[in-house]
Amino acid sequence: MMSNLDINFFFEDFRLNAYILNVDLQTDATLQVDISDALSERDKVKFTVHTKSTLPNFKQNEFSVVRQHEEFIWLHDSFVENEEYAGYIIPPSPPRPDFDASREKLQKLGEGEGSMTKEEFTKMKQELEAEYLAIFKKTVAMHEVFLCRVAAHPVLRKDLNFHVFLEYNQDLSVRGKNKKEKLEDFFKNVVKSADGVLVAGVKDVDDFFEHEKTFLLEYHNRVKDSSAKSDRMIRSHKSAADDINRIASTLYTLGTQDSTDLCKFFLKVSELFEKTRKIEARVAADEDLKLADLLKYYLRESQAAKDLLYRRGRALVDYENANKALDKARAKNKDVLQAETTQQVCCQKFEKISESAKQELIDFKTRRVAAFRKNLVELAELELKHAKGNLQLLQSCLGVLKGDT
Amino acid sequence: MPDLLNEPVEAPKSDVLGEPPVHRDAARQQDVFEDPPKSSSKSSSVKKAASSEMFGDDDDDEDLFKEPPKVVTKKPQPSGPPVDVFTEVKSDVKVKPQVKDDPTDLFAEEALTAPAPKPSAGSSSSRTNGVHSEEQDLFSEVRSNLHTALRGISHSVSLFFSVSFFHIKLEEEESEDKFDLNISITNPEKVGDGMNAYMAYKVSTQTSLTMFRSKTFTVRRRFSDFLGLFEKLSEKHSQNGYLIPPPPEKSILGMTKVKVGKEDPSSAEFVERRRAALERYLQRVVSHPSLLQDPDVREFLEKEELPRAVSTQALSGAGFLKMLNKATDAVSKMTIKMNEQDVWFDEKIQDVENEEQHLRKLHVMVESLVNHRKELSGNTAVFAKSVAMLGSSEDNTALSRALSQLAEVEDRIEQLHQEQASNDFFTFSELLADYIRLLGAVRGCFDQRMKAWQRWQDAENMLQKKREAEAKLLWANKPDKLQQAKDEITEWEAKVTQYEREFERISATVRKEVIRFDKEKARDFNRQVIKYLESLLHSQQQLIKYWDAFLPEAKAIV
Repeated sequence: MMSNLDINFFFEDFRLNAYILNVDLQTDATLQVDISDALSERDKVKFTVHTKSTLPNFKQNEFSVVRQHEEFIWLHDSFVENEEYAGYIIPPSPPRPDFDASREKLQKLGEGEGSMTKEEFTKMKQELEAEYLAIFKKTVAMHEVFLCRVAAHPVLRKDLNFHVFLEYNQDLSVRGKNKKEKLEDFFKNVVKSADGVLVAGVKDVDDFFEHEKTFLLEYHNRVKDSSAKSDRMIRSHKSAADDINRIASTLYTLGTQDSTDLCKFFLKVSELFEKTRKIEARVAADEDLKLADLLKYYLRESQAAKDLLYRRGRALVDYENANKALDKARAKNKDVLQAETTQQVCCQKFEKISESAKQELIDFKTRRVAAFRKNLVELAELELKHAKGNLQLLQSCLGVLKGDT
Repeated sequence: MPDLLNEPVEAPKSDVLGEPPVHRDAARQQDVFEDPPKSSSKSSSVKKAASSEMFGDDDDDEDLFKEPPKVVTKKPQPSGPPVDVFTEVKSDVKVKPQVKDDPTDLFAEEALTAPAPKPSAGSSSSRTNGVHSEEQDLFSEVRSNLHTALRGISHSVSLFFSVSFFHIKLEEEESEDKFDLNISITNPEKVGDGMNAYMAYKVSTQTSLTMFRSKTFTVRRRFSDFLGLFEKLSEKHSQNGYLIPPPPEKSILGMTKVKVGKEDPSSAEFVERRRAALERYLQRVVSHPSLLQDPDVREFLEKEELPRAVSTQALSGAGFLKMLNKATDAVSKMTIKMNEQDVWFDEKIQDVENEEQHLRKLHVMVESLVNHRKELSGNTAVFAKSVAMLGSSEDNTALSRALSQLAEVEDRIEQLHQEQASNDFFTFSELLADYIRLLGAVRGCFDQRMKAWQRWQDAENMLQKKREAEAKLLWANKPDKLQQAKDEITEWEAKVTQYEREFERISATVRKEVIRFDKEKARDFNRQVIKYLESLLHSQQQLIKYWDAFLPEAKAIV
């Protein structure tokens, strides 16, 4: 059955997705990472991470390991928890591969096998397979994008955990978080968001960051909204394409059973609908890839940027608090040295974060603009291509039908 | 003259009775056609009349008429005109071997064919008509007996010829009428207030047919008037097997919304849907050549004020009566097991039922498509607004502009989807709904035919019983009751003949109607689906325009 399907993977399409980030994979020969293969098993996906590097850290110049989703998450979390990287936008972790919807549909198909004709069953099975493949491609693309971003980042690419991730042949023994840990995470998030609100309330001295704060907040919310709405729009589009598919089948049946002159007509129209619905499905898939995925990605990245600002804000608050403590200590003339060291540490931390944050945010903007440009251009080009294809189909079919009568 | 005619009647009778079973094939016909030299001028006239008879009758009867003239006149005959008659008509016959007709109902047919222009079957003299009718009377008895005896064997082949002639003429009439009557229904207006309100539609007719008082005229009608027209036409014509086009369905929910006065898009759509359906309904009614002749139809189109058709109300006494009738019909239909002589009807009803089933499925799917497209349209609009917001918060000016352009494109696409959904609905979905109703009406025709068959069978059974009763009386030797029994037998014999004729006639009508229906259906589907595809084409062209305009904006992002 499908869950044991070994989908061998064509990465023509999905390579394109790496460019969501406008990360140029080719020029940087020192470290190139990609996912060369992927295997979908019962409830997990196994990615083959392939590295090509001239860096001395690695034992070989080219090697591959097999990784699972949890190991990607582990890597991401290790970045987040590392204080050293507080001043950087941590590339967002890839979303979990979610085949649940597909699996449900497959189940329903299996149950309903008796009630439909053989043609209908094969057709639906093909549809489901195509859907499964699309989701699969997407999840591989997201994982690859994550790795590429890390590899392209001047600081993160040197991270030890990253190298272990890339090189270590065996299982990293990273287990998924158990219930206790998940609960801990949940509480941590609650605390963090409360804190975030407090921190965000503190007015920043630096205009740049103040502006960025307000901008990012608004932007993030709007991207979230757009992302959700684009998803809904694309889902309706897919439903409409599915309907056309079923109409095509029924027309075909009518055509084969009809005994009057209409039969040829029905068959021709059925054929047309088959073809147009394939194009419509492609349109929906392309919109998904170029628009919905873009928005989703920037939703996550803008969240990561917000996190950076939060960390900076936190450091600022800590710094200001340390200053106040120092003043108090100096006033009371008690624990001054301690207060001073604390203040120094905070100051350094804050300044370090501020410096890298500024650059990161500027880079984020550049990346974002470039990514939007690329994707919007590609979206428009694909929409045009498909509309023209549709147009041609309709014209030729109409020509035949009108010629017959 | 009568002697001359009477004498040979006996002889040919035996000849013919002996011959036809042997000479049933086309070869025999060839002989007949090639034998004109033996026929007389009278025979030519007979043939002339017989040409209508020939094609309005059995093979056998055809032979029958050929024979007597041959024997009667022993005058040698030039092979000119008669040959022409036969070859000409024969070729015509080959062209349209479709419709079945009632061979024995010759007399009715004669009446019909007489006023209509005779096909170019040679010249006719006044003498023809006189002779023709005489010979008819003489041969009627012979014919009916012959017919009863031989019917079962050559039914289809004979009817094939009989009807084609009739069909040719009908076609001419049809094409005459088709383009000379245009009906449009416009201006739905709400009349009155509250629960007594109703929608009045303007029915405009444009015609050059002489049966109407003027060339263009307009009347106002309400929905119940249309239903009333259908009721009247049904009552009069459905038992003859005619296919009466069904009107759009009543919709209590839809009308209530309109009455209440909600000015929302769904009630506007409902009114538009109904208007279009009523227009199509009327167009179908007037394109039916026989229904067009009905005075009720004319009255409907012309008369200023029509009496309110109360029997169409859903909750009236007439309404309940109708429901009751429908129920009893359904039950009786289940119990009648028809002994189908003609395989054409069996196959056809099967086809009709299959097709109806598939159209229903298709209709459900198209409705789903309409809904999804409407949903898509809504979601696209919402998305467009969201993108506009995103664009306004984007600080890179070029990207911001591009995003607001994208929002505009999506807005226009939403319009497109909306229009497309409407097209899906009105052009495609409604077409399917119409034909599902029409196929139901076709099934109704078949049911009428079955009822006629049942009547005939019942009469035959009754006749059988009366004969048995007579036999019993004979045996019991009760002469007084014998006369009564004999009278009853005669009565029932006549009934049997009449019902049988009716059955033949209704079979022919149903067959003709179904063929006409098939033709119209093919034409309709063709036209509507092409229209639908053209609308899809237009959508794609618009899409191309919009995305083409957007592309340079996207490329301009720095």
